[in-house]
Amino acid sequence: MSEESTNIYHDKVVIRLIQFSIIWALAAMAAGVYLSAELIWPTIDLGQFWLSFGRLRPLHTNGIVFGFGVSALMATAFYSVQRTSHVQLFAPKLAWICCYAWQLIVLTGGLSLLAGLNTSKEYAELEWPWDIAITIIWVCFAIVFFGTIATRKIKQIYISNWFYGALIIVIAMLHIVNNLALPVSMTKSYSLYAGAQDAVVQWWYGHNAVGFLLTGGFLGMMYYFLPKQAERPIWSYRLSVVAFWAFTYSYIWAGPHHLHYNAIPEWVQSLGMVMSVILLAPSWATMINGIMTVSTAWEKLKTDPALKFIVLSLAFYGLATFEGPMMAFPSVNVVSHFTDWTIGHVHSGALGWNAMITYGTFYFLVPRLVGADLYSVRLANMHFWMALAGTMLYIMAMWGAGVSQGLLWLSVDEIGELSFGFRDIMASMAPFYGLRLIAGLIFLGGTALMAFNLFMTVRGREVVKVKIPAVDPAYGVAS
Amino acid sequence: MSGLSLHKRIEENTGLLIFGILLVSSIGGLVQILPVLNQESLETAAANTRVYSAVELTGRDIYMREGCHVCHSQQIRPLVAEVERYGPYSRAGEFVYDRPFMWGSKRTGPDLHRVGGKFSDDWHRIHLIDPREVVSESIMPAYPWLVSRDASQAGNITAKMRGLRTLGHPYSDEEIEAAAGQLQGLKEIDALIAYLQMLGTGLSEEITL
Repeated sequence: MSEESTNIYHDKVVIRLIQFSIIWALAAMAAGVYLSAELIWPTIDLGQFWLSFGRLRPLHTNGIVFGFGVSALMATAFYSVQRTSHVQLFAPKLAWICCYAWQLIVLTGGLSLLAGLNTSKEYAELEWPWDIAITIIWVCFAIVFFGTIATRKIKQIYISNWFYGALIIVIAMLHIVNNLALPVSMTKSYSLYAGAQDAVVQWWYGHNAVGFLLTGGFLGMMYYFLPKQAERPIWSYRLSVVAFWAFTYSYIWAGPHHLHYNAIPEWVQSLGMVMSVILLAPSWATMINGIMTVSTAWEKLKTDPALKFIVLSLAFYGLATFEGPMMAFPSVNVVSHFTDWTIGHVHSGALGWNAMITYGTFYFLVPRLVGADLYSVRLANMHFWMALAGTMLYIMAMWGAGVSQGLLWLSVDEIGELSFGFRDIMASMAPFYGLRLIAGLIFLGGTALMAFNLFMTVRGREVVKVKIPAVDPAYGVAS
Repeated sequence: MSGLSLHKRIEENTGLLIFGILLVSSIGGLVQILPVLNQESLETAAANTRVYSAVELTGRDIYMREGCHVCHSQQIRPLVAEVERYGPYSRAGEFVYDRPFMWGSKRTGPDLHRVGGKFSDDWHRIHLIDPREVVSESIMPAYPWLVSRDASQAGNITAKMRGLRTLGHPYSDEEIEAAAGQLQGLKEIDALIAYLQMLGTGLSEEITL
């Protein structure tokens, strides 16, 4: 092997994953916009089964979580684990297999959803052949990631790697346990759990897929890229470590708050509620740690659109992790459950936190990977305001819709009769759904601007070969 | 060994880190899930709850395929307004033959747990083909293809019932043998309506709330 191939970082796979991530963002968000239009004009599915709301909606969620989200997490994990370990990726060929096989799973999985293969378990809709493929590729991801850490030249394992590590381990555990099923054909299986028991298992999965993928995984991104961009060390490393263990321990308990007043044992609901409220502490500890890291670098926000995205994403992270525990109180949940408030809550996390931190990271990373300046800072700034406006409008429209639905459904008059019919309440949602459609269009438009901006940045350029720097003996592994 | 020096070791050891994450993250799940999986009352069928017939099971799988659960819950909470609007609140024992459960997380349309018997078969047929014929303000999609597709096309019913029997659903050999024949001549829409009409009929008559 030539010297060059052993002492430079593997970055080509990183940029390829970023490209896939952006393609999924555009496709899945466009599907979301279309779905929101279907809720206003129900006949625009043109009687086509594959455009039908019930089939397209899981494609939207799976495309965002597994296409956009996981591709971005793989890209940033591969990039940062090399830098924090001062070594090349372990098994780089396997990393390429992860990259392409994952896209194939998401693509064929998406098509299978349109074809009507749907286990109905939220965020675990794909049928058993895809579940097995996901497990295999996830193990490959684990081998590349932990292999790189195991061969590192730096003594300490940096905090971002802990979060990425928790993402890999806990998602594997959740995925396997929740998807246990008996196949009855190549395209159909029945869950090993039934009824109330299945519900508890599913929401242990559903809640923690959000927890360890959309929260934990992206916190790994935050812990590497925020200090890099702010050019400041993490405000309190000890706080980040304490918050990591508190987060990992307490998140997993909170699932049953998705089943308040449902037919599961009451102690499970109460436990889920208490732990959800406790979860506020590690969530906000991490947010404060991130914000304080930028606290001596505020002036950078004037000039650096990437950092603006990341700081704003932390604000939405704080909002969503506050709103979540509040919605876990039975007295609030009784209003919010089954309503569009839930949809708004998910999007304050998915748009405000996940998408924004990813956008900020991409604006930082892509120019560096090809050794060029960002094509247009002006476009990036425009994207920033579109992302913020789109997210705010989305959340507010869904608060309006959700709180109305919740209160009107529960409303009874003085003699105990229902005050409003379901049909009237549903029909009154149209203005909110209209606002949501506009919000989605604005957000999607911003994402398209970024895609163009980054495409122009990369166009005609090669990925820069970055040499692995010498290890400072003070931090190096003793051997 | 002090806590700090233990943590220093975890910070420098990949294996310990992996083990630590696995240990810490599994406690909550074990405490909540194991007792629930071992709670007999959650596996005991309510008085009138029975396994799905071949036609109903086919209908249920079509319901899942079309993603009806995305907009319709099947879970009535024990609240005055919900019981008035939908009927007796949902009991765990009514769902013991539901694999997977389909309680849902969103009510874009109304809850369907007790929809069985509330509307005629004809009403459901018109409503599924074009919801706005019977509910002018409805935003539900139309499902015209359910009329033309044969119910027997929606998966191998014999294999499905055998699979469910393996998982403990009490199907007799005769029922499984007769299953394919029961689907003969039926369209997918018939199977779906059969499923909708039996939804929520698993409680004994004495229970009204």
